[in-house]
Amino acid sequence: MSEESNIDIYRRRFLSGTATAAAGLAVAPGVMLTEVANARAADTPVSSDVRWGMLIDTNKCDNGCDDCVTACNEEHNLEGFGRPSTDAQWIRKVTLKDKQTGHVQSLPMLCQHCEHPPCVDVCPTGASFKRADGIVLVDKHICIGCRYCMMACPYKARSFIHEKLQDQVPYSPRGKGTVESCTFCVHRVDAGVTPACVEACTAENHNAMTFGDMNDPESELSQQLKQYDSRQVRADLELNTGVRYRGL
Amino acid sequence: MIKYSLITLIFSLLLGVHTPGIAADASADENSSGFYIPEAQRRFSEEQGCVEPTAEMRANHMEYILDQRDATVHEGIRTTQYSLNECIDCHVSDSPDAPRADSEKHFCNSCHTYTAVSIDCFQCHADRPVKTKFQSRLNEGMGNE
Repeated sequence: MSEESNIDIYRRRFLSGTATAAAGLAVAPGVMLTEVANARAADTPVSSDVRWGMLIDTNKCDNGCDDCVTACNEEHNLEGFGRPSTDAQWIRKVTLKDKQTGHVQSLPMLCQHCEHPPCVDVCPTGASFKRADGIVLVDKHICIGCRYCMMACPYKARSFIHEKLQDQVPYSPRGKGTVESCTFCVHRVDAGVTPACVEACTAENHNAMTFGDMNDPESELSQQLKQYDSRQVRADLELNTGVRYRGL
Repeated sequence: MIKYSLITLIFSLLLGVHTPGIAADASADENSSGFYIPEAQRRFSEEQGCVEPTAEMRANHMEYILDQRDATVHEGIRTTQYSLNECIDCHVSDSPDAPRADSEKHFCNSCHTYTAVSIDCFQCHADRPVKTKFQSRLNEGMGNE
């Protein structure tokens, strides 16, 4: 058999194979995890028809609980080096205390996935960017590690990797000399699955975090945002954050 | 410079491949240049093994993964055919004592050492197949269909 006909056969098989795989992926998430939307086919680019967002109910967020942080660290293999000031931190628990009344609130703080992200504005190389579906990411291939974005971010959401790393997970490449932050678990979102923190919060029945499409009026997130009062942290900066808080 | 050294390498490989008695996919054979390319763990397609014909992959694999890189990071396109993870899944053993990226026995490094090409892919990317909790659950979900 000539080489060309071999290629033809191979291409045909590959095309039928991808169609099957895509069909499997589109229905799979509903079976095993919380489905956030109809998953895109793997070969379709993200579109601005979708804007991913999150609502965090601080009334349901327990002061002592850090399940979301643990889940994030495990998902992305964010190991610490025993140096809290420089160790990577994609999501952290923040405790607020009203000094007058003594009322204590606890909430997770992560990249707010702004519509107008200051980190993207200041990036000199174009490494910091916003995906069409609203997820703010760092293209570490382009990042030169200048850390302007860390200075610009009002939420202190970004980390710089100071140490040489090993054993990164395939879907979350991380390396020394680049800046990183919460990706909204983009690898999960692309597969139609909720981020690891939301999954952990829901699995423990805390249900303090809701993830979904802010552009879809039928999504659970949009319904909740419509029904309940919610706030953006530092709304005065007019960044139109993708992460909103209740009870703050 | 990388391209030229690779073209030279490919040329020498092709000469070896066309020698009678040596199968086109006998990648694990010690070839005449004296370096060793580990055998792939599995095949992407039965007909030709890799995602493109072997000669094409030897010449242009870096172009394929570069294009795929931008499509994946910026547009969320997660087809597996040209993804670096797929390269690793097929070409590198998942056994705990399999050679890591800094070893000359690692699939990528076996050739890159010979051609004196330094790559920094594995400073960030996984250099061997890793099955995490998330991936196994995704696979299980798909298997149930």
